[in-house]
Amino acid sequence: MTVETLTTTQRDDLRIIAAMIIPESAEYKAPGADDRAIQADMLATLGRDTEPVRAALDHLARLAGKPLAELDTAQRDQVAKEFRATGGVPAATLVRVVLQCYYRDDRVLRSLGHELRAPFPKGHPLENGDWSLLDPVKARGGSLRRA
Amino acid sequence: MHRDPVDVLIIGAGASGAAVAWSLAETKMHILCLEQGGWMNPAEYPSTGRDWEAKFYGDWSTSPNVRGCPEDYPVNDDNSPIKVVNFNAVGGSTVMYTAHWPRLHPSDFKVRTLDGVADDWPIDYDALIPFFDENDRMMGVSGLSGDPLSPLTHPPMPPQPLGLSGPLIGKAMNELGWHWWPSDTTVATMDYEGRARCINLGHCTPACAQGAKASTDITYWPHAIRAGVELKTHCRVREILTNEHGMASGVVYYDKDGVEQFQPAEVVIIACNGVGTPRLLLNSVSGRFPNGLANSSGLVGKNLMFHPYAQIYGFVKEPTDSNRAPPTCLWSKQFYDTDLSRGFVRGYGIQFGRGAGPVFEAVASEQKGILPWGADHHRVFRRLNGHRLAVSAICEDLPEEHNRVTLDPVLKDGHGIPAPKIDYTISENSRKMMEHALARGREILEAAGATDICTNNPIPWGGWHLLGTARMGTDPARSVVNEWGRSHDVKNLFIVDGSVFVTSGGVNPTSTIQAVALYVADQMKQRLANLFD
Repeated sequence: MTVETLTTTQRDDLRIIAAMIIPESAEYKAPGADDRAIQADMLATLGRDTEPVRAALDHLARLAGKPLAELDTAQRDQVAKEFRATGGVPAATLVRVVLQCYYRDDRVLRSLGHELRAPFPKGHPLENGDWSLLDPVKARGGSLRRA
Repeated sequence: MHRDPVDVLIIGAGASGAAVAWSLAETKMHILCLEQGGWMNPAEYPSTGRDWEAKFYGDWSTSPNVRGCPEDYPVNDDNSPIKVVNFNAVGGSTVMYTAHWPRLHPSDFKVRTLDGVADDWPIDYDALIPFFDENDRMMGVSGLSGDPLSPLTHPPMPPQPLGLSGPLIGKAMNELGWHWWPSDTTVATMDYEGRARCINLGHCTPACAQGAKASTDITYWPHAIRAGVELKTHCRVREILTNEHGMASGVVYYDKDGVEQFQPAEVVIIACNGVGTPRLLLNSVSGRFPNGLANSSGLVGKNLMFHPYAQIYGFVKEPTDSNRAPPTCLWSKQFYDTDLSRGFVRGYGIQFGRGAGPVFEAVASEQKGILPWGADHHRVFRRLNGHRLAVSAICEDLPEEHNRVTLDPVLKDGHGIPAPKIDYTISENSRKMMEHALARGREILEAAGATDICTNNPIPWGGWHLLGTARMGTDPARSVVNEWGRSHDVKNLFIVDGSVFVTSGGVNPTSTIQAVALYVADQMKQRLANLFD
């Protein structure tokens, strides 16, 4: 999938709505979802989500009446609320695409304290836990319903 | 093109097809299995890549309609609040399941006798015990023997560790005085029969790259193939043909190149589960069987049972296991049996969830409205991520004939075969059960100190369990197959999957599906000399 998947205006709107969902945070040392690399990931991996994302951006454009960049903050907020409330599956897909690309970015995962790797082959350690917690269940006992 | 006849033709290489193939292999008959999917390659499973969570929304979705792979067939489930999920490959849906491994209880086989609803099964729990045990050995089960409220099992491996989430749940349940127990699962907790032990990849449902989770492509099938069973992949059966004597003569299928083939067989066994099996029978129409094969009762496709899942979850201050452990580890049977003071008949099992990964958490929480857009997103996400605990009630769905699988008049699969159509409503009894489960689940979560509690009632993409659409019984007017899985109408046609279930119980059914398949195979072996009498 290439950047031609979306028009320039759609890409601009996607970048702005993504920043509204997740803005940059200095406090958490995390980029916003409008970050260039994260945006590139979204465009490169849209795949089967292309059509619903395009539909969502069309819906967004209709609500805004003009490119989001030309709206002031209050107007954008209003449009965003309406978009999420009325956008149905396409809007949900767009938001999911933003989130799934954002939360696999190295800088974001690092800021969350996650290791930058696939689960396999290293896996994860898992505590055995306190099995004495089962003692009350064992003490209470019980029986199966008679058949 | 005509081929040489085989002794036994099995349709479907999933949970039940694999078990019956392995069991019958000792007869040395010529056994052929046709599977519409292919062999899986664990090196390509989601957990091997950095985009492991995103794949769950696409190629590794549980929904065949979302995946839309050539191996899948579409399902029209628009008229159902619960959507069908399955997987089509060698291993079937055992490739893509949570590996939770309870058995139906003895009382589940006597529902009419005990509670005056539905019907009793024509077999009882005791008849299945040897096959449950054999299946547990073959699949490789971990767990802790001695659960006072579950049938006695003897798992060959120790239970999964409690981790971080288990003690939080256990303490809450102890505070309430309610039953809980480590789940039996088909996750290997030690090296077992060539499978490496679980290393907590955490992403069990869409296939286990480690091979710790049992799926029949790595359990039954290697044994069955070594014993001489032939397995052909990417072969989709269109219909079962019958001869002038009303016996199944073989199947018409499309091979891997899309070429129509006819495979004659002495015995046909269907193992396509509760949607695929009635679809195939209803597509097998002839002059003798104008309403579909084996359908003189009119019950093929009817009595579909899903198990409506009532799910409630929340977020605790303590860290949970998140995506760093198998998703399920504990169950409860506290509300399993009928107590009419609750306002409904029958009951539900509970499976507890350890948590979720960051992408899933972000997507789900945003959809529920608890993860905001804007500057506060980061703070709230850090409070939610890695702090989820979930309670899922598997509610017993009683058989109702209006819940059914039929053929869609328009929708077809890639080979032009009519697709299944689902019509399903959640009954009033199930609704009351689900509300009860959510109320108890809230008590559990609150006892664990959880906040931001959310529900999925039902889990919309929760049609994992596909049961009841070719039910078992002794009365040909009220059932599709007899008490040992043979069609009442076609004496060399057998069904071994979840469609033969008379009732659904309140637990994940795969263990019982496979026990029934092994039981049917055993019955066949005992009757080989007069199988068609």
